[in-house]
Amino acid sequence: MTERFEPRIVGFLCKWCAYTGADLAGTSRMKYPPNINPIRVNCSGRVDPTLVLKAFASGADGVLIAGCHPGDCHYTNGNMKTIKRFKLLQNLLDQFGIERERIRLEWVSASEGERYASVVRSMTEEIRNIGPLNWKRSMEVIA
Amino acid sequence: MTKPKIAFNWASSCGGCEIAILELGTKLVELKDKIDIVFWPAAMDFKYSDLESMPDQSIDVTFFNGAIQNSENEHLAQLLRAKSKVLVAFGACAYMGGIPALANTKSKEQIFDSSYKETPTTENPQHVIPQPKFQAPEGELTIPELYNTVKTLGQVVDVDYSVPGCPPVGPQVEKVVGTFLSGELPPKGAVLGASDKSLCHECKLEKTDRRVAKLVRTYETIPDPKKCLLEQGIVCMGPATRGGCGAICMDANNPCKGCYGPLPNVVDQGAKMLSALASILDADDEETIQKLADGVVDPIGTFYRYGLAKSLLRRTKQ
Repeated sequence: MTERFEPRIVGFLCKWCAYTGADLAGTSRMKYPPNINPIRVNCSGRVDPTLVLKAFASGADGVLIAGCHPGDCHYTNGNMKTIKRFKLLQNLLDQFGIERERIRLEWVSASEGERYASVVRSMTEEIRNIGPLNWKRSMEVIA
Repeated sequence: MTKPKIAFNWASSCGGCEIAILELGTKLVELKDKIDIVFWPAAMDFKYSDLESMPDQSIDVTFFNGAIQNSENEHLAQLLRAKSKVLVAFGACAYMGGIPALANTKSKEQIFDSSYKETPTTENPQHVIPQPKFQAPEGELTIPELYNTVKTLGQVVDVDYSVPGCPPVGPQVEKVVGTFLSGELPPKGAVLGASDKSLCHECKLEKTDRRVAKLVRTYETIPDPKKCLLEQGIVCMGPATRGGCGAICMDANNPCKGCYGPLPNVVDQGAKMLSALASILDADDEETIQKLADGVVDPIGTFYRYGLAKSLLRRTKQ
């Protein structure tokens, strides 16, 4: 029997909304796949594209950036900076051949535990369908 | 006192770095009395066998320009590493892959297909493509094997210092050579012949706090020669690039393309530029942001023009 592929997803969650939302999902005992490794950041606008590239280069199959809904940013407009960066980053990753399913930007408020769980569920499934990225291994064997 | 032994080598590069050495001009003639050039294939008659017969560690400093794109480049890199006390990655290609590393957006097969089959000027009905080995009646012929992925010198052998630039500018080359002649060597791994501040610090164009509502490519506009090019919507790599070149591209009304490489402690130059560019886009709704982002038509060629081999992802997926 072949083992089911378990994607490794790195999640950059903003402290004020998405991380609190994730916390709510946990304390409410909602079920969602354990494939995400959440990293708490102060703001989604703080997620330097370097971190995303580094995650992929070090073996992540997907990266989730989640922050406050537009208009709700704790720092007024940090998440607007995130959108701008994200759109440029998406175009860049297209060119590198990294599928769009592997990188997501989602808005999750502190009260949206269920939304967080469903984002992680659908992202895990989508990435499971397209398979592993294996960037690290393919970079090791490049000749 | 014996004169220091110096070697120069040219791997996968255009030859511009060799010209950068010649840019020393008459100083090169004075330099000739202070150093002993033991290997310089581009300018003097040396054979690889001459190099092979030298004892290990017998060359004091080797300036190696060019990326590693084939087996010959790699062989020379290893050979010169063994023969040299100090190995310097000289120029953008040896340091970060440079223009040759843009080949990392294609596979070896795609490159061969494009060069030997698809280009309109190619007449090759039998679809002959270079083979590393060929059995001729007179015996086996070999040529170096092209690699699928271009690497930096530092990804193949241990490098002591790097000198960025495409090519390194004359005054900086002079300074770097002077550093080695003085005998006071900087700490290993140092980037020489460049500033530790971004290019914007030495750029004379007038900067305000303007945001950009439209990105334009250089052929689409004639920029105001006094104002910051980035603020005029031209992607200029200045904010994410080391200074030291004297901002000479801006003197020609051209944006910085990033050949002096990332700033100290920056892992990925392209990611930093992408981030900087995002922060000056003047848009608040998703649709406009998308349109602006699509204004960067060739993201890898824009953000990683000289640094793809040294970037985090290094090449496109195959």
